[in-house]
Amino acid sequence: MKRILAHPSLAIGLAATLFFALLGLVSLFWTPYPIAQIEIGRRFLGPSAEHWLGTDNLGRDMFSLMMSGTLTSFVVAALAVAIGAGIGVPLGLAAAAWGGPVEWLVLRFTDFIFAFPALIVAILISTLIGPGSINAVVAIGVFNIPVFARVARGGALSIATLDFVAAGRLAGFGNAQIAYRHLLPNIMSLIIVQGTIQLSLGILSEAGLSYVGLGTQPPSTSLGLMLKDAQSLFLLHPFLTFVPGLCIVLIVIALNIAGDGLRDAIDARLRAQGSSNVVA
Amino acid sequence: MSLLEVSGLSVRFGDSDAVTDVSFRLERGQRFGVIGESGSGKTLTALAVTGLLPDGAQVGGTILLDGAPLPTIERDMARLRGKRIGMVFQEPMTALNPLMRVGDQIDEAIRLNNGEYNTVDVAGLLAEVGLEPRHGERFAHQLSGGQRQRVMIAMALASQPDILIADEPTSALDLITQRRVLDLIAEICARRQMALLFISHDLKAVGALCTYVAVMHKGRLVESGPAASVFANPQQDYTRKLIAASRFDVRPEVHRRGATLLEVDNVRRDYRQGGAWLWAQKPLRAVNEVSLSIASGECLALVGPSGCGKTTLAKIVVGLDTATSGEIRLGGTAYHGADLPKALRRDISLVFQDPFGSFNPRQTIAASLGEPLRLDPGLSPLDRHARLVEAIEAVGLNAAMLDRYPHEFSGGQRQRLAIARALVTKPKLVVLDEPVSALDVSVRGEVLALLARLQTEFGLTYLIISHDLDMVRAVADRVLVMEAGRIVEEGAPEAIFTNPQHTLTRDLVAARLPEITG
Repeated sequence: MKRILAHPSLAIGLAATLFFALLGLVSLFWTPYPIAQIEIGRRFLGPSAEHWLGTDNLGRDMFSLMMSGTLTSFVVAALAVAIGAGIGVPLGLAAAAWGGPVEWLVLRFTDFIFAFPALIVAILISTLIGPGSINAVVAIGVFNIPVFARVARGGALSIATLDFVAAGRLAGFGNAQIAYRHLLPNIMSLIIVQGTIQLSLGILSEAGLSYVGLGTQPPSTSLGLMLKDAQSLFLLHPFLTFVPGLCIVLIVIALNIAGDGLRDAIDARLRAQGSSNVVA
Repeated sequence: MSLLEVSGLSVRFGDSDAVTDVSFRLERGQRFGVIGESGSGKTLTALAVTGLLPDGAQVGGTILLDGAPLPTIERDMARLRGKRIGMVFQEPMTALNPLMRVGDQIDEAIRLNNGEYNTVDVAGLLAEVGLEPRHGERFAHQLSGGQRQRVMIAMALASQPDILIADEPTSALDLITQRRVLDLIAEICARRQMALLFISHDLKAVGALCTYVAVMHKGRLVESGPAASVFANPQQDYTRKLIAASRFDVRPEVHRRGATLLEVDNVRRDYRQGGAWLWAQKPLRAVNEVSLSIASGECLALVGPSGCGKTTLAKIVVGLDTATSGEIRLGGTAYHGADLPKALRRDISLVFQDPFGSFNPRQTIAASLGEPLRLDPGLSPLDRHARLVEAIEAVGLNAAMLDRYPHEFSGGQRQRLAIARALVTKPKLVVLDEPVSALDVSVRGEVLALLARLQTEFGLTYLIISHDLDMVRAVADRVLVMEAGRIVEEGAPEAIFTNPQHTLTRDLVAARLPEITG
């Protein structure tokens, strides 16, 4: 805790991220109004005591929509990071531990995925299975795989030359055990930092996919979907665009600040220990 | 008036004192050596003199150059540094710009510091440091370590400084080059009547070069005086300890040699270099038809300059690398390197050079030490623990340390732990790759004594890889000299050192720095 507070950017970033995450979580149990409740009679209301952020073109409560939309964005991005890290990190570690043909294969595989624009693949998936949050998760997750694979491989390569890895080999460990016991713990900090950055990118991607209609589908909502609904009314009711837009901006900034702070915090701790063996 | 007068110098980082109350004088033409181990504050003292301390350092005390205090404005300080003080750093590769020809870098140093009246030129400086004009056309990576260090010295001389500050200028160089660079520095200082501030952990280098020495310990100057009198008659315990440690007086008792334990037969190791199939370049032959044998109970040393293939050979012997051709026999079983059978792996272990890289920082010592015990599948958890305790106590540490993490230990302790890890499987052969060269002088002696004790206690066989002839002379029963992948000379240490046959051996023996005497 003290370590977190010693880095103001980390504290601010984490606090803001947690605030939005909590807002989203609360929406699971309670929102001021049900988000699917359409009441044309009270549409386009400005912020008031009853509707904190006003209502949209269908008379839905904007604050409730924002809470629920934040949750969708976080869940989609987090699942995508989980997919990316869950598949990418083992691939990267395998590339570093085995080397040779395995490494070649992993690198070409990452090149292959990098070569496809995310949007095209999302359209492909939507065409094949239909649009929806799950498909957005898969599409974004697939593009996180090569990022994590590269980061893990890069970090692991610089660890793999250290003597304790050779000592592990002398003790009869195979490549998989070397990767799990010696490489993974020492690149964990790298992966955590990359994870926060990918989380913010994932939230942006989810917003983008929902905006073009390939992500979340009504009646559930996401920040990108709210933007899409508001765009046709932008000149008449700009406030409807500002709410989800500002939310996205704030969440992304918070996550990036937290990621930077995390890197500094981990770095400083390592420097204090005088340990140069860990990539941060 | 002294050229440089430092009085009451202190350097602080936050709450911790790095340098406390250091005072010394440097006269014109004097060669002054500052001796200290890592963390003693010797480098910070030099940086304070040049005004190059890292951010966050608070400096106290006064530094007078020709009786005038150092300027506080960075711009004036930079000009002063350029004109009066030349610096040579430890690692010449990172101190030179990799994208600029070295001649241009020297030229830049001349132009920046001499203004209109140029009295020195690049060719003259290159000649002075013993390089030819064609070397000036090269980039840093096209020069050897010694040549790079010569270029650094030429750059430092460009402004015709009054003081040359050399911070461990030879510790990244091998023995022969070290001697040549030290001789060069001595010669230039004498010719130019230049004062030298020489910073080193190596007492012999300081003894060979300096007329006046200061000893630093934990940020304080513990002793200073003329080199001869400090070395002959040290006043402080710490100085005495350092001098004793630099002498390597661990005399080997003659080990009883048993039957042949390990035989290396015509081993060759080629590394493929770039190029594909038909266009492949000639492979690099790191180890070239090496044959040797080690009797059990023996201590065999393999010496040679850096890049001669001695570490590659060690890796093949312990099973980290595979020989291209030839074979190794351990107690009758033949193997070629990485195919060392699992049952035999516990009979050979390796102690690494760098005590800081040889432990996983995220694992407890117990986990790291226990790893090799996997090779002994029959052990119960209780036996495992008993083995760990036995090993850690054998190296003079206690069992409570097993639960700690590597960063809690000093360099010397870590090397003890590395030795404990090597012993935990009760091996027959221990391969030691430069076991003490990364350690501070004062703990070297302790580690060597420990190795000698363990050898007699457990009946171990050692294969020591080293470039340090004095260390080898103190511990080895037999010495092999290696050059460019081949073994060129073999014999008892005394015979090799008194009557070297091969040119490389002669160079190595001649390059040894004289013992410090008073």
